[in-house]
Amino acid sequence: MIVGVDQLGKSIAHEGAVLTILHDISFAIKNGESVAIVGASGSGKSTLLGLLAGLDTPSSGSVTVNGVDLFALDEDGRAALRGRSMGFVFQSFQLLPMLTALENVMLPIELLNGQDARSRAQHILERVGLGERTAHYPRQLSGGEQQRVAIARAFVTEPALLLADEPTGNLDSATGANVIELLFALNRERGTTLVLVTHDAALAQRCGRILHLDAGRLVEGA
Amino acid sequence: MRLALRLLAREWRAGELRLLFGALLVAVAAITTVSFFTNRVQLALNTQTNQLLAADLVLIADHPIGAQFAQRAEAAGLRLARTLAFPSMVVQGQRNQFVEVKAVSPTYPLRGDLSTSKVLFGPGETSPNGPKPGTAWADARLMQLMGLKVGDVISLGQARLSLAAVIDREPDRAGDFFNIAPRLMVNIDDIPRTQLIQTGSRVGYRLLIAGDEKALAAFRAWAAQRLGRGERIEGIGDARPEIRSAMERAQRYLGLAALVSAILAAVAVALAGRQYLARHLDSCAVLRCLGASQATLFRLYLVQFVVLGFSASLLGGLVGLGGQAVLAELLRGRIVSDLPAPSLWPLAEGTAIGLLLLLAFVLPPLLHLIRVPTLRVIRREMGPPQQRGIISYTLGAGLVAAVLIYRAGEISLGLYVLGGLLGVLLVGLFFAWLLLRLLSGLRRHARGVWFYGLANLARRRAASLTQILGFALGLMALLLLTLVRNDLLSSWQSALPPDAPNRFLINIQPNQLPALRQFFQDEKLAAPNFYPMVRGRLVAINDRPVRAEDYPEERTKRLVEREFNLSWAEQARKDYEIKAGRWWRPSDAPDQFSVEEGLAKSLNIQLGDRLSYDIAGTRVSGRVTSLRKVAWDTMQVNFFVIAPPGLLQSQPANYITSFHLPSGRETLLNDLLRQFPNFTVIDVAAIINDVRMIMDRVSDAVTFVFLFTLLAGLVVLYAAVLATRNERLYEAAVMRTLGARSRQLAAAQWIEFATLGAISGVLAATGASLSAWVLAEQVLHLPYIFNVWVWVIGVVGGAAGITAAGLLATRSVLRVPPLGVLRALQ
Repeated sequence: MIVGVDQLGKSIAHEGAVLTILHDISFAIKNGESVAIVGASGSGKSTLLGLLAGLDTPSSGSVTVNGVDLFALDEDGRAALRGRSMGFVFQSFQLLPMLTALENVMLPIELLNGQDARSRAQHILERVGLGERTAHYPRQLSGGEQQRVAIARAFVTEPALLLADEPTGNLDSATGANVIELLFALNRERGTTLVLVTHDAALAQRCGRILHLDAGRLVEGA
Repeated sequence: MRLALRLLAREWRAGELRLLFGALLVAVAAITTVSFFTNRVQLALNTQTNQLLAADLVLIADHPIGAQFAQRAEAAGLRLARTLAFPSMVVQGQRNQFVEVKAVSPTYPLRGDLSTSKVLFGPGETSPNGPKPGTAWADARLMQLMGLKVGDVISLGQARLSLAAVIDREPDRAGDFFNIAPRLMVNIDDIPRTQLIQTGSRVGYRLLIAGDEKALAAFRAWAAQRLGRGERIEGIGDARPEIRSAMERAQRYLGLAALVSAILAAVAVALAGRQYLARHLDSCAVLRCLGASQATLFRLYLVQFVVLGFSASLLGGLVGLGGQAVLAELLRGRIVSDLPAPSLWPLAEGTAIGLLLLLAFVLPPLLHLIRVPTLRVIRREMGPPQQRGIISYTLGAGLVAAVLIYRAGEISLGLYVLGGLLGVLLVGLFFAWLLLRLLSGLRRHARGVWFYGLANLARRRAASLTQILGFALGLMALLLLTLVRNDLLSSWQSALPPDAPNRFLINIQPNQLPALRQFFQDEKLAAPNFYPMVRGRLVAINDRPVRAEDYPEERTKRLVEREFNLSWAEQARKDYEIKAGRWWRPSDAPDQFSVEEGLAKSLNIQLGDRLSYDIAGTRVSGRVTSLRKVAWDTMQVNFFVIAPPGLLQSQPANYITSFHLPSGRETLLNDLLRQFPNFTVIDVAAIINDVRMIMDRVSDAVTFVFLFTLLAGLVVLYAAVLATRNERLYEAAVMRTLGARSRQLAAAQWIEFATLGAISGVLAATGASLSAWVLAEQVLHLPYIFNVWVWVIGVVGGAAGITAAGLLATRSVLRVPPLGVLRALQ
């Protein structure tokens, strides 16, 4: 088991009332699995994904990644864990605008003080078909290209767990399909565990398992 | 309009407007505090220098002054005193002495203090009023000349008076420098008993007036209309060139401090305004999508800015009013015992300036903003519209320039500062750009956090440039005010060193010079320079006769009527500043004159004019070949008109000198006068003290005013950091998502801020040094002193200060969970 979620809950205070976004969620994800989290807008999909990554803190419950309790760590500890074992792909790419494509991909390796950052980044950019555009800044790339850089950045540290939040949400269907192909291809090549949040039924069907969220409750797939 | 206000309220609630509001508030508060305070200190300084008149205003006449003046002044709530002065003879036993009698009313003096002692050269004691009826006071010279002591009875005309004290200091005595007779002061009620004043007696009548500034101004205007023959009215500015010169410099210093606060304010508002508009690109695009025309958008934002600007400025003005009250309270007894109440003008002025600054800085970007492509709603990565049109920026720059020149209160100071500012901006922009290029080259070789720190700088080149310039201007102003201020003040004070001449010696005959030099040598005093002095009356300019009635100003009329002291010199003295033309060479024809600038202006004398003087019946003519500026407050012997030796050498002359008499050696004057009985010694120590006091007061005032400017400077730094805060939060969140630890993030930010700070520091130190040089040489007319600390503190302080401010402003970057930031900023 790579991810364990136990009685996870998240509420926030909003205009004096408590708004519960996630209720008592529990499930487990095994090594090498691919899992889609689906549900209507506002059902808590992205919040759940954020908690799996330790990007946010829960109100109750726990998340373990590779047996480590995420929320027993401090912010820096979680950052270090992410750096070592997780990769991310966001709907809006989240590339750093002051860095070139190559530099964006080198960033996770360098943050870990890893070796050969430049050649490894160059190599994976070639793998995603951007070998010629490594010196371009994000603003000089199309949406599909930016997402491919983001995917390269997610895979460059060879993480055990890859988390993707609506990876095709900002892309047209043809470009989206290309990105998905790439994502699954890399997933297969590297044996990564994949968790993705999506609206796209076709994309969800390609995953081994579907977790269905409704109003913050897990209604199917646990 | 209503929509604009609703939007304003929403934005306020959302916290969008707080930085802009805050920057404007602090800016206007700083401007008005300085303005209120300098306004009050200037009023106080005026009051203080008025001690030299013993009043605020003096009405002077050669006949008894009409009762209507006193009645009018009393009705206006002004305080009054009367003096009259005439030459006469004091008799005691067989001895008699020619004196200048001054009779004073019981309320004399209105400003300043009389100081007397019981024995010759004894310690002075302050006395609120003049001598009581039946008594008289004598100055040290009269006591010495007649061998008098306190308690002796003397005769003045038909009156017998008992000598009650030795005059140590008389506030308005300094007013007539070349008054050569010793002083006897008596009570005005004793004058009828003397029976000395008859028809045709040469008597100077004075009505001394003091009180509220407004009432004084009104009285002066009223009286000026009603002055008869032989009557004139004088304020302090008319009285003494030394004091006038010191006051002018004092006002320039204070003006400078006020100006710097205005510049800082402008920078803070510019930075905040820029950020506000940058954040509103999206709103604009959305509003455009919803059908708002460019004109509607423009109106919408304009109304918002005017309402925002007005309320922030007014509030800032009120804070300023409170601030200066606290300041005045802190300074009570330190600077002045009682500051006059401020006028409310600075409040209106501060509000108007705040509003103008805001519009100057937001209008140009607003004009761009409303042209935002609507497509931005869909494709967020589309940037702001391409900046075009120099016109809108010229408008903004013009408004700022107008505000600065207005604040300087003087065109030349304003233009220098403005020119300096523009120069610093342009040169700064160029060097900052160069340094950034260099750094972005360097980052390819940098590793780890260094790489990210430098990459940030290079990527945000435009923002970095803005920040560097903002920081540099803020730092420059602070450097200018702290270090350079001290240099300027000390250089001013060094114009009047502790050994500045405090005695003038006049009426020296040419054949006495060798013996006098020997006297100085024997007494181990440095031999002073002796200046020849020839008395002559100006009779013609360009062969047209000079008549007093041709000049409207009372002071000029008197200048024309009396004899001038002319002098001759081969070389120009070091401190002469030739403003036009050139000094003569030995080979030149001798018929030339060098004229003091102010005199030339009063008499309307131009370079090249031909002046004719009547010197003891001989007519001497020459052309004006140079106009000179004279530093009156250095206490050197100065002349309005100087000629080459060849022109005047053959005329009857005597000599004048000034020298420093160390305190405690006053009895040396007795020996001097015994050996050279024809000499007259004039004591100017009191004037020197007054000039020094003005310098000290100004130095104090500038220091306190500086604290507020410092606050404005800190807001600039903070606003500049906040301008890129969101970008930083976002980037840090992404980096955290990718596994960056706090230490790594903090280090990258450290490097970025420290580099920004150091670059700004270099620019600021350069700018401050150049500005100080220009200010010293061109505006304040003082020698420039190079100060290496400007550079050390500029660079090190800049880097440290900006790093601290930057880390403070972005500290939440390291604390907030990344998901919240990413969502909020997406």
